[in-house]
Amino acid sequence: MTDSRQLCTFALDGLHFGVEVVSVQEVIRYQDMTKIPLASSMVRGLINLRGQIVTAIDMRARLGLPAISDEQQPMNVVLRTNDGVVSLLVDEIGDVLELDGREFERPPETLSGVFRDVVLGVYKLEARLLLLLDVERIIALGSQAAQRNDGGTASA
Amino acid sequence: MPSDDDDLMREFLTESRENLHQLDRDFVELEKNPRDPHLLGAIFRAVHTIKGTAGFLGLVKLESLTHIGESQLSRLRDGALTLDTQLTSKLLAMVDAIRQILTSLEATGSEGDQDFSRVVQELSGIGVAPRPDSTPPAPLLPVRAATPPPVPLPQASGPSLPPAAPTESAARNGAADTAIRVDVALLDRVMNLVGELVLARNQIMQFGLTSKDAGFVNASQRLNLLTTELQAGVMKTRMQPIGNVWNRFPRIVRDLANVCGKKVTLELDGTETELDRSIIEAIKDPLTHAVRNAVDHGIESQERRIEAGKSAVGRILLRAYHEGGQVNIEISDDGGGLAIEKIRARAVERGLVTGERASRMSEREVGHLIFLPGFSTAEQVTNVSGRGVGMDVVKTNIEKIGGTVDLSSRPGLGTTLKIKIPLTLAIIPALIVTSGGERFAIPQVNLLELVRLEGAQARRGIESLHGTDVYRLRGNLLPLVFLNEALRLSSVGASEDVRNIVVLQADDRQFGLVVDGISDTEEIVVKPLGKELKGISAFAGATIMGDGRVALILDVLGIAQRANVVSPSRDRAIVDRAREQRSLQDTREALLLFRVGKSTRMAIPLSMVARLEEIAPEKIERAAGRDVVQYRGAILPLIMLGRELLREPSAEGTAPLLVIVYSENGRSIGLAVEQILDVVEEQITVRSQASREGVTGSAVVQNRVTDLLDVHGVIRRFDPSFFNRKEAA
Repeated sequence: MTDSRQLCTFALDGLHFGVEVVSVQEVIRYQDMTKIPLASSMVRGLINLRGQIVTAIDMRARLGLPAISDEQQPMNVVLRTNDGVVSLLVDEIGDVLELDGREFERPPETLSGVFRDVVLGVYKLEARLLLLLDVERIIALGSQAAQRNDGGTASA
Repeated sequence: MPSDDDDLMREFLTESRENLHQLDRDFVELEKNPRDPHLLGAIFRAVHTIKGTAGFLGLVKLESLTHIGESQLSRLRDGALTLDTQLTSKLLAMVDAIRQILTSLEATGSEGDQDFSRVVQELSGIGVAPRPDSTPPAPLLPVRAATPPPVPLPQASGPSLPPAAPTESAARNGAADTAIRVDVALLDRVMNLVGELVLARNQIMQFGLTSKDAGFVNASQRLNLLTTELQAGVMKTRMQPIGNVWNRFPRIVRDLANVCGKKVTLELDGTETELDRSIIEAIKDPLTHAVRNAVDHGIESQERRIEAGKSAVGRILLRAYHEGGQVNIEISDDGGGLAIEKIRARAVERGLVTGERASRMSEREVGHLIFLPGFSTAEQVTNVSGRGVGMDVVKTNIEKIGGTVDLSSRPGLGTTLKIKIPLTLAIIPALIVTSGGERFAIPQVNLLELVRLEGAQARRGIESLHGTDVYRLRGNLLPLVFLNEALRLSSVGASEDVRNIVVLQADDRQFGLVVDGISDTEEIVVKPLGKELKGISAFAGATIMGDGRVALILDVLGIAQRANVVSPSRDRAIVDRAREQRSLQDTREALLLFRVGKSTRMAIPLSMVARLEEIAPEKIERAAGRDVVQYRGAILPLIMLGRELLREPSAEGTAPLLVIVYSENGRSIGLAVEQILDVVEEQITVRSQASREGVTGSAVVQNRVTDLLDVHGVIRRFDPSFFNRKEAA
């Protein structure tokens, strides 16, 4: 595990996350979107990305975090996945970081709930912890939906 | 150099495939007209072409196989052999062998190691023993003439298709000048781009509406026109005649009919009807299923056909035509029609419906039971059918591409399966509606009509029937679904004063979708939804509107199912109740009630009554042993119902006689009864079947048992020629 990875990082409710940069197509500002009735609350709506219809996933809802305040507009992290293009709605975009595999650790056994399902591992940065997310798991929207609000236990 | 060979090989493969399809067809045709010189010529040339190219490419097996075939064909052509079923089968076996070699060539690049010596042997064995009088008869027709006649084959008319049986190199060159082969993937890509262009055009048109700049408006108009034309043009490149699918049916029908021991002719009508390539692909299997079904289940055995007074040869007609932006395909057979009672019993036996519900179903509904998964009436599982997969596959596959399937059947006369499918899948006309502040697109295919209720009508027009909202649409109850409720939208913008009902067809039901507003119809480009949204059955996809925002496309069937207007096979109770109400209205009939004899209550439909007359007993005369009266300048024969039906003596006396006058084509007959009781409008449920002559059954009318008079039967018994003579008149 000494290989290094480039991660696109973002913040959600004070927590820091990263996804592999190769899967990121682009990062765009908040877009007008069309709500999808009957869909899971984790799906915020559909956006028109230059003629392509993209599903926007509310990451706060996905991870069982409290909803974002009304005046704050989320950003879109647009990802290319095996099942087409999806967008993750996040609070803030961070830098692209090149991270050393030695800093990486599997998530602690005590991590539970949604986080256990979608967090691949933790990078121990100097100032904070960065959680690496499994994109495919995220967009599968999980069977044990994020209703159980027991996230945020990512203290190591 | 090797790449040249590869190209040649590829070209050879595609071309030969087309030739093979044509061969199948031609052979079947030839079996019917064994002496048709044109057909023979075409077949001969097709085989010859394959043989020639095979020789050139060094395909030894293929060459020897086609060589035998060719020499037999040439003997056929010269009249040294005559074609019979056996020979046709052998020649078709050769076609199959060629096909196998081609498949193997395509897959592995080699001819494969299958052994076709049996085919070769059988073929070469034919006619080797010279017939007694083997002096070669003069050629039937001088087909050997140097220049082949113009190929009289129904040719594929799609622009992307080369002529089906090019022979002379000159002809081929000519074809190559006007037609090219295009990779389908490229066409798909172009189609996608046009889809994008349509969206961009829609957006620009939106700006054009508000723009004051005349130049911009003009330019956008022009863009609009060009885009429309381009769209039509690109769409056309993807169009293929449905004949491409049908090509294989003559062969399938022939083989299947032979297996079943039946004689069946297949007629094709509208082979040139064009459809989008993707749809052609999608209907291939369902159509094949349906045609096989028609041969196996539809057409009866020869003996049974002769018994029924029909020609021993069954007939299957495939018909395709455009209608209202859709393509209709009909598969009709002149077989025995659906065995309604058998289907009913089978469905109950298989637990697909309860016996009680089955007994209440109309014939049409019973007919639709065959579309349920797991249904089959075939007594035996044959290799043709009877495995219980079949019609449900047809239905689901057709519905998958936005089509509908309907079935009609007349006992003894045959069954028709009617399939309606959209022309293309990518761009469809749709109605844009709003509900809960969101826009939705409804595919035009499902749309029947729009109803707008205003003011008092809006409040009163919608009635509640045990929790189900209904609207009376021309006397029929239309179940309503409120889109806001179905999609759990907030009902902002919904007005109590205006109700918009979109009348839709889902499955075989109609229902009304109540929406807040109706905007317009628009050509929309259908885009699939991501996997994470596939589970929501209410939506068929999404599209981008003129303003750049996304709108969801409603899946009408899905919504109907969510709202229980239609439910997939299991529980249709709610709907059945609603329908029962409807059919109650349908069969409501005005009845004339009267008394016959001392106490028998009888009824006939009021529609059969021409007049009611009171006739004094002294007016009755006797002629030819019958009671008659002079009536309106003619002689009206009288049937004393009491005497005829009940053997009760007719009441003597001076009371006037009550006569129901029945007329048909200017001839009248009088039915004398004792008393006219009433005219009622009531639903008739026949409780018991005919217990005696002159009665079609009994029903409870006004809480009393009433016999339903068999008017025709009574008259016929009295005067057997009454209806005949009318016909002659």
